[in-house]
Amino acid sequence: MKIGMVLAGLAAASLTAVVAFAQGERPPNRPIPDPQSGRHFATPDTLAIQDDDFLNPAFLWVEEGEQAWNRVEGTAGQSCASCHNDATESMRGVRARMPAYHPRLQRVVTLEQQVNICRTERMGAPPLPIDSRPLNAITTYIALQSRGMPVNVDISGPARRFFDEGERFYNTRRGQLDMRCATCHEENYGRYLRADLLSQGMSNGFPTYRLKEQRVISLQFRLMGCVQDVRGEPPAMGSEAFTNLEFYLAWRAQGLPVESPSVRR
Amino acid sequence: MRFPFEQRALRQAVLAFGLALPLGLVPGEAPARGDTQPVPFRVVEDAIPEPLTNQPGDAERGRAVALDRSRGNCITCHEMPVQADFQGNLGPPLDGLAQRYTVGELRLRVVDSKRINPESNMPSFYRIEGLYNVRRDWVGRTMLTAQEVEDLLAYLMTLR
Ligand code: HEC
Ligand code: HEC
Repeated sequence: MKIGMVLAGLAAASLTAVVAFAQGERPPNRPIPDPQSGRHFATPDTLAIQDDDFLNPAFLWVEEGEQAWNRVEGTAGQSCASCHNDATESMRGVRARMPAYHPRLQRVVTLEQQVNICRTERMGAPPLPIDSRPLNAITTYIALQSRGMPVNVDISGPARRFFDEGERFYNTRRGQLDMRCATCHEENYGRYLRADLLSQGMSNGFPTYRLKEQRVISLQFRLMGCVQDVRGEPPAMGSEAFTNLEFYLAWRAQGLPVESPSVRR
Repeated sequence: MRFPFEQRALRQAVLAFGLALPLGLVPGEAPARGDTQPVPFRVVEDAIPEPLTNQPGDAERGRAVALDRSRGNCITCHEMPVQADFQGNLGPPLDGLAQRYTVGELRLRVVDSKRINPESNMPSFYRIEGLYNVRRDWVGRTMLTAQEVEDLLAYLMTLR
């Protein structure tokens, strides 16, 4: 009786494992197999600003980020450079593969969060608020080191469950307007919402300089705007919900070149 | 990376002149409106034959509802036979509506087009049930009041 129960338990457990494994291996369905960057939907004058590093206002943030990279902060007497040396080498490819699964924290972290993990755990410095100017400066500087490299996030293994969460958020109708992300960015890209030409909502250009805000914005600030536009209540920037969504968006943009810092209306 | 001052100034100029039109779907600080107690209505086939209010709709006021970003905002998604820049095309053009639909059919499409097509991307302007994650200031309120719906319909019936 007892042995029977144990056996049944074992069988159930291994069955669950097999099912979980099979699910993990199932390649996710990609609604847009050949993604187009937001630059295809931007106006020529916006692109002219983006494509000239001397005109692109985001390079003010890049400059600030470069300075911050070498600045000692916190109780440990260290700067980013103390551990990572020359960012033009050590940070190459980082933006392209983030967000990424963090084995010790057992969750997915964004580039912003990784910077704050380094600050709090290694530098003894306070975390920078998400989407604040100093944090956007550092992430823009780091992202620039991957410019032109294809987005390539790893959703396999333990990361998969966070990816699935992000995918679910993406496809859930929300807000008083009862729309999902795909309503605008998959079913209706190329159409106009008033003066806005809807793009595929790809994230490869972030952080981006937004003309409307007159500043560099982080991806999650843009996501708050999209949720608010459908009269939804957005989760906080830096929350698990938005982090998983950002992870899913990165995978949607898989293969597109990193274009940060882009310029958008 | 070091930039000479003039280039910095040039970028600052881009910064100052780069003001885009703020054209979100809804403005952030819209005062909450709508009805908190939706009036009951009866759906017959694909129409709501009876008006939601006793007061007849006013086409002039309805036109304003259609154009107002914090109320109907129809023009964000639909081309309309009016003089206005930047008309959207996420939904079909609204001209000639009155030739294609009865007022009762239009009423259901404005009130809750999901009853016709559950996958519709046309917002339900007079529904509070079955929505998820609604922004705090709109929870439990319809997008339009019953009278605004009737005014809007009076306007839509002028589109021949
Ligand atoms: C009601 C329409 C609408 C919905 C729904 C919507 N967005 Fe957007 N989104 C826009 C508009 C308009 C823009 C600005 C123009 C563009 O790039 O499409 C935009 C821009 C973006 C961008 C920036 C693209 C770029 O190249 O700069 C991303 C990323 C994005 N959206 C993601 C999302 C996600 C994720 C969701 C769901 C949480 C979502 N959007 C829901 C309308 C929408
Ligand atoms: C967020 C986008 C959006 C907004 C805002 C919007 N609509 Fe629509 N509408 C649509 C879409 C998309 C359709 C296509 C049919 C569908 O999806 O069910 C549609 C369909 C319609 C139809 C049916 C048209 C036909 O030819 O069959 C009518 C009538 C209509 N809308 C009226 C309005 C009015 C009036 C307003 C403003 C009060 C409005 N819509 C606001 C997206 C929108």
